[in-house]
Amino acid sequence: MDKTQLLVVVGGLLFSIGLAGIVVRRNALVMLMCMELMLNGVNLTLVSFAQRTATSEGAVLVFLVFVVAGAEIAIAIPILLLLARARKTLDVQAYAELKG
Amino acid sequence: MIETALLYFFAAASVGSAVAMLLARHPMRVALALVTAMLSLAGIYALLGMHAIAVFQVLIYVGAVMVFMVYVIMLIDTRDRAFARFGKFALPGGIGLVALAFVFGYALAGDEAPAARSRDFGVQAFSEAFLNEYWLYFELVSVLLVAAVVAAIAVVKTAGTRRG
Repeated sequence: MDKTQLLVVVGGLLFSIGLAGIVVRRNALVMLMCMELMLNGVNLTLVSFAQRTATSEGAVLVFLVFVVAGAEIAIAIPILLLLARARKTLDVQAYAELKG
Repeated sequence: MIETALLYFFAAASVGSAVAMLLARHPMRVALALVTAMLSLAGIYALLGMHAIAVFQVLIYVGAVMVFMVYVIMLIDTRDRAFARFGKFALPGGIGLVALAFVFGYALAGDEAPAARSRDFGVQAFSEAFLNEYWLYFELVSVLLVAAVVAAIAVVKTAGTRRG
């Protein structure tokens, strides 16, 4: 199998596993980490295409994704800590008030 | 030859630790599996010649984000009932994972890719491209970071006033 093709398949697999983790797991912190895994899968495809076409756009976009992930974590972690303090749990099924 | 073997090794390690993330019970084990996946991805980036990206992956993701995450895991109660592994969406989620992986595999298999051109992409090439062509995005990202810091402080302050 071609190198880029293998890496794109791996990126797709990482994205799928991260998405499944968000749907399947019930610890909010674990769901956050699965989101990071999805971002990593996207980064892998960006890097492999940037390397294949020998352009710099993909690499710059990866750097921007790094920064966005850092900002996301900086906001999500305080929110999660407040949730854990209010309900004494990180179980997402304890936060189901919006369910009809 | 050795590079191909290493590439396959790192790819298998990243996918394997992603599966371990899906199955591990304790959040600390999930975090360590995610660190393993990120380090394997950094190895792949270095093998591809994207040295700047590999360094940033280790510094930002593993060094900053995941260390932060591990601190938070240490802060929370370890006897939380959320450590039960799966929620009630386990079956549809698993079916969705299989379907999504099948669609990706079907879409990607058998595509004839054009011939590879490879070029080393170190810190110098990266910073020249970044600060010459993409300086606007650099500035926008700094605005985003400031907004994130202000938002984090606002979240914590709101909680303090409501409690007090």
